[in-house]
Amino acid sequence: MAATTQFRTCPTTGLKIDLAAQSLIKANAVAAVVFLAIGGLFGLSIALTRWPEIHLLPVDWFYMALTAHGLDVLLCWIIFFEVAVLYFASAVLLNCRLAAPRTAWVAFVLMVVGAALTNVTVLQGESSVMFTSYTPLRAAPNFYLGLIIFAVGALVACGNFFGTLVIAKEERTYEGSVPLVTFGALTAAIIAVFTLASGAVILIPTWLWSLGYINHIDPVMYKLVWWAMGHSSQQINVSAHVAVWYAVAAILLGAKPLSEKASRLAFLLYIFFLQLASAHHLLVEPGISSEWKIFNTSYAMYLAVLGSMIHALTVPGTIEAAQRKLGFNKGMFEWLRKAPWGNPAFSGVFLSLVMFGFLGGISGVVLGTEQINLIMHNTLYVPGHFHATVVTGTTLTFMAVTYLILPLILQRDVMFPRMAQWQPYVFGLGAAGISLFMMGAGTLGVPRRHWDVTFADSPFGFEFPSAAFMMLALNGLSAILAATGGLMYVVNVVASVFFGKKTADKPMKVAVPVSTSGQPAAVGAYGSAGSLNIPGTITLVTIFFVSFVLYYYVNWKYLAEVWPLR
Amino acid sequence: MSEGGTPGTRQTSGGPEKERIPFWQRVCDNHFLLLFIGVTMPTVLYILWGVMELVGIPVAPQ
Repeated sequence: MAATTQFRTCPTTGLKIDLAAQSLIKANAVAAVVFLAIGGLFGLSIALTRWPEIHLLPVDWFYMALTAHGLDVLLCWIIFFEVAVLYFASAVLLNCRLAAPRTAWVAFVLMVVGAALTNVTVLQGESSVMFTSYTPLRAAPNFYLGLIIFAVGALVACGNFFGTLVIAKEERTYEGSVPLVTFGALTAAIIAVFTLASGAVILIPTWLWSLGYINHIDPVMYKLVWWAMGHSSQQINVSAHVAVWYAVAAILLGAKPLSEKASRLAFLLYIFFLQLASAHHLLVEPGISSEWKIFNTSYAMYLAVLGSMIHALTVPGTIEAAQRKLGFNKGMFEWLRKAPWGNPAFSGVFLSLVMFGFLGGISGVVLGTEQINLIMHNTLYVPGHFHATVVTGTTLTFMAVTYLILPLILQRDVMFPRMAQWQPYVFGLGAAGISLFMMGAGTLGVPRRHWDVTFADSPFGFEFPSAAFMMLALNGLSAILAATGGLMYVVNVVASVFFGKKTADKPMKVAVPVSTSGQPAAVGAYGSAGSLNIPGTITLVTIFFVSFVLYYYVNWKYLAEVWPLR
Repeated sequence: MSEGGTPGTRQTSGGPEKERIPFWQRVCDNHFLLLFIGVTMPTVLYILWGVMELVGIPVAPQ
């Protein structure tokens, strides 16, 4: 196999690229974008239905769209893209051949077939059980079967990633430890194995139940095991997009991690503790002890949050150290002012970093605290939180890195560079609006998964404050903005992949070209920046931390008002 | 992981003496150990412990 492997050398990074891995990265990334486009369209229709003045979809279409939206963006878009990231972080960054390209194609076909089968089943209208598909809601058997096939395909892809690590070690294509970006991808792959195995454990009996071979699935048992898949799948995202943050900083600015030890410790905390945060979905569930809830959320989850706090310091610190090395040393923030804001890969990553931390991170800790979770449980605050993590965090990061994958891996110039420059800002602003306004409406008590919050046809009416309806309207406007940004991305990527000019062997413009530095590309190497002169980052992190503490205690105050002790 | 023959050590570039690799670096370099820990911890602390709690709930009388 090794003798027949064909490689090319990337003129920008100097990395050896296995052509089979390159084709697989392309296929998985393109499939991801297709599902993003489909899922995004469903998302827009949901937001326009939640806007009471428009109320776009009839009730049965609303729940069908909600189911398809969750599946297409939370599973298909993200996991296809993550498989592309895994192949990049193993075969490309380790200068190695992919372990089993044919098996990787089988995995890809399984994922496409599974995703298509589930989508078709949902669109047939008999499986509007939403992404969570809580029992006793029963979908058509092919709904579960499609998900199982998809999960098997993704597991095979993870196996290929681990196999490639073994081959790279045996063939000594790297020395010492794997690069940090590969270690981040390894974290994502480990969480993916647990996630997909948990999915199989719960979805196979549920499939048999939908076929009539099993009489009963206990709803709480289902919920417990399902969330081991449902929430952990979002932890794959976190690990993968943090790895991409380091990768983009390394490729564009030649940035080395501020501290290899600190960043690896942060990923290690993810491996040990991040998946236990799934427990916060069961915080109001009767029958489960407070010990289980508090250990998994308020102890283990906080250790994973510590990992995120470390990344919150080291990722901008890595960028600041690299910028200062390039000569942007004036004052506290010249490094940030003169950062490549016109490069969509950089702007997308930095916006994602800030919004993921401020919106997704802080709200995640609030939701993960047993007492204050009570204020927001099952309200629109929950989708507001995960739109901050998955959309402004993961999706925006994956969009940003696509602008590097196009020239470096797919060897195509971005077809509409001006549109690409604007795209992260348009999408980021829209996605931030969606997150903020849903969290705002949720704080005012608006429930999630509800077709009509005006309760127009309900015998027991309830009137939310008018501010809640304003939030829903602003959510709709933000969704239009985000959909515009999403459309700009999809059009540009599809046009570039199929009609973009071939880059040939022309290197991309980066701050530290490998050809002149004489050093291996920072993205594929081990080693720290060797500088802790990061006053700008310290200031930004202090602002973040103060906001975090203030918002946390505001919610305790709010809880005290909702539930007064007399 | 071993790089110089003896586990936990590696050959330095300068000479024959062996540099000791720190424990946590050896843990981080052992990808399958990390895979084992990353799957076992949530399986035990989240799933098995949670299932035991649910199984312990008494069944309501008919």
